[in-house]
Amino acid sequence: MNTGDLSTLLVWAAATSFTIALIAYTVDMARIAEQAQKRTRAAVPAMAGASSGPVSAAAGSADEAAPDRSHRAEGIARSTHLLGVALLFGGIVLRGIAAGRWPTANMYEFTLVGVFMATLVLAIVQRRRAIPFISVVVLGLAVLFLATALLKFYVQAEAVQPALQSYWLVLHVGVAISATGIFTVAFAAAVLQVLRDGRENDHSHLVAPWSRGDGMRRALSGWAVTGPRFAWLEQVPDARRLEAMSFRLNAVGFVLWTFTLIAGAIWAEHAWGRYWGWDPKEIGTFVAWVVYAAYLHARTTRGWSGRRAAYFVFVGYACVLANFTVINLFVTGKHSYSGL
Amino acid sequence: MARYRPEGLEDTFADNPADTPTAPAADDAARDGGSRDAADDTAGGSSSPAEPRVVVPAIGFFGWLRWTWRQLTSMRVALLLLMLLAVAAVPGAMFPQRAQDEAKVATYLLDHPTSGPWLDRLGFFDVYASVWFSAIYILLFVSLVGCILPRTKVHFSALRGRPPRTPRRFTRFPAQGAGSSADEPETLVRAAEKVLRRPWLPLWPRYRTDVRDEGGGAWSVSAERGYLRETGNLLFHLALVGLLISVATGQLLHYRAQAIVIQGEGFANAKVAYDTFEQGTAFDPSSLDPFTLKLDDFESAFDPTTLNPRDFTAHVTLTEPGGDPTKKTIKVNHPLDAGGAKVYLTGNGYAPDVEIKDAAGNVAADGPTPFIPQNNVYTSRGVIKAPDVTGGQDQIGIVGYLLPTAQQVDDTTWQSIYPQPGNPMLVLTVWHGDLGLDTGVPQNVYELDESKMTQSVDEDGKPVTLYVKMGETVDLPDGLGTLTFKALPRYVALDLRHDPALLYVLVFALLAFVGLATSLFAPRRRIWVRAAPGREAGDGRTVVTAAGLARGDDVGLQPELDRILAALPLEPPAEPAADTSTTSTPTSTQETP
Repeated sequence: MNTGDLSTLLVWAAATSFTIALIAYTVDMARIAEQAQKRTRAAVPAMAGASSGPVSAAAGSADEAAPDRSHRAEGIARSTHLLGVALLFGGIVLRGIAAGRWPTANMYEFTLVGVFMATLVLAIVQRRRAIPFISVVVLGLAVLFLATALLKFYVQAEAVQPALQSYWLVLHVGVAISATGIFTVAFAAAVLQVLRDGRENDHSHLVAPWSRGDGMRRALSGWAVTGPRFAWLEQVPDARRLEAMSFRLNAVGFVLWTFTLIAGAIWAEHAWGRYWGWDPKEIGTFVAWVVYAAYLHARTTRGWSGRRAAYFVFVGYACVLANFTVINLFVTGKHSYSGL
Repeated sequence: MARYRPEGLEDTFADNPADTPTAPAADDAARDGGSRDAADDTAGGSSSPAEPRVVVPAIGFFGWLRWTWRQLTSMRVALLLLMLLAVAAVPGAMFPQRAQDEAKVATYLLDHPTSGPWLDRLGFFDVYASVWFSAIYILLFVSLVGCILPRTKVHFSALRGRPPRTPRRFTRFPAQGAGSSADEPETLVRAAEKVLRRPWLPLWPRYRTDVRDEGGGAWSVSAERGYLRETGNLLFHLALVGLLISVATGQLLHYRAQAIVIQGEGFANAKVAYDTFEQGTAFDPSSLDPFTLKLDDFESAFDPTTLNPRDFTAHVTLTEPGGDPTKKTIKVNHPLDAGGAKVYLTGNGYAPDVEIKDAAGNVAADGPTPFIPQNNVYTSRGVIKAPDVTGGQDQIGIVGYLLPTAQQVDDTTWQSIYPQPGNPMLVLTVWHGDLGLDTGVPQNVYELDESKMTQSVDEDGKPVTLYVKMGETVDLPDGLGTLTFKALPRYVALDLRHDPALLYVLVFALLAFVGLATSLFAPRRRIWVRAAPGREAGDGRTVVTAAGLARGDDVGLQPELDRILAALPLEPPAEPAADTSTTSTPTSTQETP
C-alpha cells in the first residue's frame, strides 16, 4: 500500500467517524427535544393546540447545566468528532506527502481541507459546551462533502501544472478553504439563531393562515418553530449569543475571504498578467465578499440587525457554496483546477 | 462639534450614551455626535437632531437635494446598493464576456438569434463596463464618500476630546459591577484610573481616562478605549476609494501586447512588432522602451502517465537599449521584467518549418508556421499559405495537423500519443486557387479563406491527405509542386503588460485589509467607575459602582470590568443589589437587553 492509498483509507475512516458523531449528536439532540417536550406538556397541560405557543419561561435556563442531556451520546459524539478531525488531518498530510506538494490543488483536496477546517473550528467553538444542533448541521455537511469527495471528486495524487507551482497555492487556496470552513460553522450558528429568535419572539409563518396554499401550511404546522417539536430550542443559548457567535466567526471568515481576494489578485498578476479579470471564480468570490460586506453593514443598520442580518449569512453562505461547487464543476474559466 | 452620523446607523455608543434624561446624560449625547431618537425610523422622513422636522412641501429645491443626499449616504441605501452590486455581478459568470472571449459571444449570438441581440443591447456581454453596473458602483462609492468623510471629521475631534462623562445611573449598561471599601472615594477612583491606564504597549495607555469630582464627596472616572476600531473602519473605506482611483489610473496608463515568438527569432518592443496591442487612452506608444527579446530555447516537461504539464521554461536573450544582451528565463508564475513592463509566458506550441516549391521548382513558402495546440498531447492545427511566385501558378493553401509523437491507429488514421516531439508528422490537405492575400483585407493567419479555392481530391473524389514525417519531401497533388518538412522549432506566446498603478493598487488593497481587520477585531469599550460615600451616614464606607459599554457584542467586556474591580481594595457590596446573586467578589451581572 502506498502513501496515497493510506491517505484515502484515513479519509474514509474520518468520514465514518464523523458519521458516528453525527448520529450521536442527533441522539443527543433528540433526547433534549424529548425532555423539553415533556416539560412543556407538564407546564401547560390544558393549552394543547393553543396558538400562543409555550411561554419562554425556560429561556433563562440555557445557562444552567442541562440535566436532561444524554451524557453517553454526548461523550461518543465528542470523541468520534475529535477522532475524525485527527484522522482527516492524517489523511491530508499523507496526501500532501504522496503528491509531493501542498494538498490544495484539486476539488478532492479542496473538499478535504475545507471539511477539516469546518470540523476543527466546530470542535474549538464547542470545546466548553456543545450545542448539538450546530454540530448536526456542520457534521451533516461534512459527511456529505467527504462522501462526495471520495466518490465523485477523487483524483490520483500527483504534482501540479506550472500555473499552480507557487507558494500562493498555500496562502491563497489554503486561506480560501479555511474561510469556507469557518463560514460553514457560522452558517449553522445563524440557522440556530433564526430558529431560536422565532421561538423567543413567538414568530412563525406556520401559525398565521396563508392567503394561498394554506393546505400546505396546515400540513407543515407541526413544524412551527413555536410548536412542541422545537421545545429543545429553549435549551440552546439565546438568539443574542448565537448572533454574537455567528458574527465572530463570520468576521474571521470575512477577513480571511478578503485576504483570499487580495492574495488571488497578487497571484493572478504573477501568473496571468492581470490582477483582476472577471474570471467566473473571481466573480463568485467577489459576489460572496459583497454579500458578507452587506451582512456586516446590516448588523449596524437600524431595523436590520439580528434576524434580518442572519438572512444575509444564508445568502452569503449560499454564494460561497455555489462558488465552490457550481463554478468549479460546471463553469469553465481560468480557475478550472478541479481535476475532473 | 460635528454631529454627523449616517442615516440609520445603529451605534450602541450613540444610541445609548446614558440612560437617564439628566443633565450629564444630555451632555453625553451632545458630545457623542448626536443621538438620533430611536423612534425616528421611517425612511426618508427623518431629520438631523439639530433641526426640527420640517413639513415636506416646504423644503424646496435645496431641501430635496439635501434629502436625496441624506438618503444616498444612509445605511439602508448603502445596504441596498451592496446587494444590487452582488446581483449585478452575477450575469458576468453566466454569459460569455467580450473582454474575456469575443468568439464565445459571437457563438452565443448565433445560437440565440432572438434573445442574443437584446442581451447584447442591455450590456449582458460586457457586464462590467455596462451602464447599470457602473451606475451601481459609482453610486456606492459616492454614498461611501458622503458617509466616510464627515465621520472622519467627527472621529478626529473625538480623538482630541475627553472620554464621555460618567452617566448618572448604570442600570441599563450591559456590564456592571459593584463593591465597597473603607478608602476615600478619590483614592479609589485614582486607583481605578491607574488600573485603566496600564499600558497596552509601552507608553500607550490601554484607556483614555478622565477623572471628575462630582460633588457631594463622589468621584468618578470615565474611560474609553478602542479608537483604533473606528480608525480601522475609516481606513478600510478610504482605502477602497484609493483602490478604485488606482485601478482607474492603471486603466488609463496601461498597455498590453501579445507576441508569438518562434525559437531563434525575436522582436523589438514597438507597437508594430506585436500581434495585438491594447492601450489606455492616456498612454503614449512612442514612450515604449525599445528593448529586444529573442527566444533561444524552450523546454517543457510532462508527467509520463497522465501527460499533464509539469514545467515550461523559455530561455530568452534580453537586450535593453544601450545594454549588453543578457540571458534570462521566463516561466509561468515567474514573469520577466523588461523596459518597465512584465513579460508573461502564456502559451507554447510547435511551428513546423515547411518549404513549399511550386511546379516550376521555385520556393513559394519557407519557414516555420505556428500551429495551435488542440489537446493535451499537442495535436496542433495550422495553415500554411504559399503565394504565387511563378507566373501562371495557383496559390497554395495547406490545412492540417501536427502530431508531435505520431502513432498509426489504422490504415488512414494517425494520432499523437505524447506532447513531446518523438515522431513528428504532419497530416495535411491541400487547396489551390486564390488565397485572397491581394485584397488588402487583413487575414487570420490560422484560418484559410476557402471561398476562392479548390481542394485537391483523388480519383474517388475524396480529399487527398498527405502524411509527412520530419525530413521527408512529398509531391503535392495535382502537380502543384513539392513540400518538405524541414524542422520542428517551438514557439511561445508572450504577454507584455505595463501598469504604473500596480504598486498603488497593492498598497491600497493592503491598507483596506489592515483597516478591516482592525475595525472588526479591536474592541471599543467605555468603562465608568464611581465611588461615593455610603448611604448610611457615618459608617465611613465608600460604595463603588462600575459599568461598561462596548460597541457591538463584546464577550470580553464583563471580564474586563471584573478585572478592574478586582484590582481595587474592595469587599462585596454591603447590601446586595436587587436580583443579583452574591457569588463572587465583587459581584457582577451580565444583563440581557
